Amino acid sequence: MSTIANKILTDNLKTRTLKNKAFKSLVVALSVITILPIILIIYKLIAKGIKQISFDFILKTPPDTFEAMTALTNGETIPGGIANGITGTLLMVILASVIAIPVGVVTGIYLYENPGKFLANLIRNVSDILQGVPSIVLGLIAYMWIVKPVTNGFSALAGSVSLSIMMLPMIVRSTEETLKMIPQTIKEAALALGVPYYKVIIRVLIPTSFSGLLTGILLGISRVLGETAPLMLTALGSTIINFNVSKPTSAIPLLIWEFYNDPNMVDLIWSSSLLLMAMVLTLNIMSKRIAARTK
Amino acid sequence: MNSDKITKAVLLFSSLIILFVAGGILFSLVQGAIPAFKNFGLKFIFSNNWNPTEGKENYGALPFIAGTIITSVVALLISLPLSFSASLFLGEYFRGTKMAKVLGMMVDLLAGIPSIVYGLWGFYILRPVLIDLGLPNQGFGIFTASIILAIMIIPYATSLSTEIITMVPNELKEAAYSLGATKLEVITNVIVPTARSGIVAGYILSFGRALGETMAITMLIGNSNVIPNGLFSTGNTMASVIANQFGEAEGLKLSALIAVGLLLFLITGIINALGKFIIKKMA
Repeated sequence: MSTIANKILTDNLKTRTLKNKAFKSLVVALSVITILPIILIIYKLIAKGIKQISFDFILKTPPDTFEAMTALTNGETIPGGIANGITGTLLMVILASVIAIPVGVVTGIYLYENPGKFLANLIRNVSDILQGVPSIVLGLIAYMWIVKPVTNGFSALAGSVSLSIMMLPMIVRSTEETLKMIPQTIKEAALALGVPYYKVIIRVLIPTSFSGLLTGILLGISRVLGETAPLMLTALGSTIINFNVSKPTSAIPLLIWEFYNDPNMVDLIWSSSLLLMAMVLTLNIMSKRIAARTK
Repeated sequence: MNSDKITKAVLLFSSLIILFVAGGILFSLVQGAIPAFKNFGLKFIFSNNWNPTEGKENYGALPFIAGTIITSVVALLISLPLSFSASLFLGEYFRGTKMAKVLGMMVDLLAGIPSIVYGLWGFYILRPVLIDLGLPNQGFGIFTASIILAIMIIPYATSLSTEIITMVPNELKEAAYSLGATKLEVITNVIVPTARSGIVAGYILSFGRALGETMAITMLIGNSNVIPNGLFSTGNTMASVIANQFGEAEGLKLSALIAVGLLLFLITGIINALGKFIIKKMA
């Protein structure tokens, strides 16, 4: 090979390796930029929110604007807390889970038991589409289905219904996926012993797939926990702690929205957001731990 | 034997609930939207005049349809280089390493942040920065909303394309390496062509998610009922106009907002079905 051709080849190789290295650096740099927001957001929430967190914050209801203004002008921290939001969120999320979990798990079992059937495919596709429906649309739906005809006004029940429709497709999907991983032989062993079908489901399928089901359920809950938009159209919000499902109810995200719109209360948004995010992330991490342990 | 039949019937009946819910959603939205479409016909979709003043009521959803599509497209364009880099980081360059684990966890965390917290962060942290950079309208508008939206869809786009990239068979990559290809050449000549339709589907699904995002957008887009005339103009999306104007809505206005909800439902449904269809065709 002539020296000139050789030189062209080595030069070519040089630019190729250079390009390769440059691209790798670009990928690393952009990846670091990608995770920058999460670091900045968590830092901001902790830096601004931690000083408000106390027992009062969890146990008391929010002050009115005037109390907050007085505290502000005196340079004190704003009194009161978000107890009505915490109880409201718990009430609505629990109610939504009670509606969505049984239906979702049973639907998942149906899909697992009838693979390839037309109806099962239809249900799977519809469930996928339902998962993509924007939460605000589900708020409109719960308004039309519950607020107007059933509770005659904004209510925790309506909020729960919108949240349960959000959770439902996630639970269906995770149930089916988890069941698919169970060895067929376990089920067949039970059936061979003459165990009735419902007992196979209750004593074999659900216990063996329990941790997988739990993961899906926890992820579903963590997804609806921070939802604001559908609750604005359904639960509306309330200044008192309310456990009556037919009455307007507050929730942590709703309170954040109220504080955001009230200049005197702005100090409370960071601590409320911190608490909300801590709840969501705890559920998230818990579900991933459970998923990792069973794999 | 009989109990088995009952069990099967219960399974079937419970699974039908989800069909009833989905059908009911479509039915209720259509029913609620009828007054608006009766009054304005197709002009509801193509008119850019949204005026709730009594006596002069006129509702046209075009500004919100335009606002939704523009913010989502811009968000997708911003998130594309970031999420694609992150998925190369996770699925190729540092696959299986501790670094990838940490980065992957951080990206996942982004998905756990509630929309309203993104809105707050955009309002108090990002907006002042953008104002300093000379953005008009006190930093509100399409651009600000799109940046936040881009951050919000990063985790979905990243996890979907990472999954697709890791599915590219090792033999294909090894064949290219054995011919002396550099990693970059393997990525551009093997990984991207093999995984292309899956990656596209992942971005279509992320786009579908961006379309329906509500709270963060409502807090940042500036809420004006006009067709945005530029990247820095204020506007409204279909989701944000529902959140904004629902409070005082009755009669024709309520119907118009439900009609906007119906359009949003249909658009996101079509986009999601398209993404899922491409993914299914691949598998």
